[in-house]
Amino acid sequence: MDDRKLGGYIPRDRAWQPDALTPPYKTSVKRSPQAALLSFPSSLSEETSPVFGHATIGALDNDLIHNFAAPSQSAIGPRIIVHGQVLDETGRPVPNALIEVWQANAGGRYRHAKEGYLAPLDPNFGGCGRMITDENGVYEFRTVQPGPYPWPNGMNDWRPAHIHFSIFGHGFAQRLITQMYFEGDPLIQRCPIVGVLKSQEAVDALTAPLDMNRTVPMDSLAYKFDIVLRGRRQTYFENRVEGL
Amino acid sequence: MPQSLNYLRESPSQTAGPYVHIGCTPNFAGIDIYGGDLGTVMKTGPVKGQEITVKGAVFDGTGTVLRDAMVEIWQADAAGLYPSANETRGAADPNFTGWGRSAGDMDTGEFTFETVKPGQVPWPDGRMQAPHITVWIVARGINLGLQTRLYFEDAAEANAVDPILSRIEHQNRVPTLLAKLEKDGSYRFDIHLQGPHETIFFDI
Ligand SMILES: [Fe+3]
Repeated sequence: MDDRKLGGYIPRDRAWQPDALTPPYKTSVKRSPQAALLSFPSSLSEETSPVFGHATIGALDNDLIHNFAAPSQSAIGPRIIVHGQVLDETGRPVPNALIEVWQANAGGRYRHAKEGYLAPLDPNFGGCGRMITDENGVYEFRTVQPGPYPWPNGMNDWRPAHIHFSIFGHGFAQRLITQMYFEGDPLIQRCPIVGVLKSQEAVDALTAPLDMNRTVPMDSLAYKFDIVLRGRRQTYFENRVEGL
Repeated sequence: MPQSLNYLRESPSQTAGPYVHIGCTPNFAGIDIYGGDLGTVMKTGPVKGQEITVKGAVFDGTGTVLRDAMVEIWQADAAGLYPSANETRGAADPNFTGWGRSAGDMDTGEFTFETVKPGQVPWPDGRMQAPHITVWIVARGINLGLQTRLYFEDAAEANAVDPILSRIEHQNRVPTLLAKLEKDGSYRFDIHLQGPHETIFFDI
């Protein structure tokens, strides 16, 4: 269905999404608003969104194994494919969504000036990629499996292996940043950032299963990660002539 | 058990973390890739309307400036039209993207957007809203991106009858949404995540 025939965005489920103040994740304590949010229905300002054409994206942008590597070189680590579909809450695919991803290298090290972990940089790994979903909302990218890494929070906190995702849908109200985790990682249940999620169902929603059907034999394992953005109301009654 | 509604749940949000710039502004983070970062240029040619500069920074509850935030803005063009596939009212200025993204200065955390003053956009009931810019903030420690709006202090007449501004219960907090005209002609919009000057954030 054409987005333009739809109504406003379905209100965000704040009982499902994490709260702003989550003390075990210490940085949230002084960065969480304390006043109540101001609620109002979406308007044009939130129902529109910037346009990113497929021309924005280069051929190697979704290949993190090669997009920063020297010619004929490739990133070090277990090779994986991550793929999935972007849908909205009503189950409609979201085509032309811009997805940006970033991650640590296979040793758990980010390519960033403020990163101090002793694991080495991989000269052939930048750690970022991007892509636009096709007409069915489908995306995929190739990368190396990121390593877990320690971070200053509690005395001994480690992030499970994860990939960060930033997603643009069709309305600015859908703007979302999240993280993907890997099935079976024992660090998931110990992480204070995962811990801001309010239910096992929410943790599961961010945990990608191994997808043997999409592996490339002798080349790459595969993980499937579907993403759900906010949906818009159907507007049958809103469109009726006044008085009916 | 009744039938299932079969709606999906929105993917849960997670913090952008300290390295959001690697993913969203990699060139700013020192990773030479893609031929440049998205959202750094909002004007791709001569634009219609008044060109403005918006500056500001994000502060935590102790008054400390954030140096790891990412701020995005989204706005209509000078005629009040959005450069979006969902805009049905007319064609927006082709030289204006409406969207900006800033990592803020590495040392001061200050963000700068070179943009145009937005025109007025109707509220769903047809009333005109005051000129505004949608602002979205993510950073380490922010579990779900924060949304707010920038209005213009020098648009007092439009602000007074704006459907949102006029409805805010604590009117003494409205100034947290007003960009102030500085001596150099730029607008200043500081965002306070917490504390006595906490910005009004929206649930839209
Ligand atoms: Fe991370």
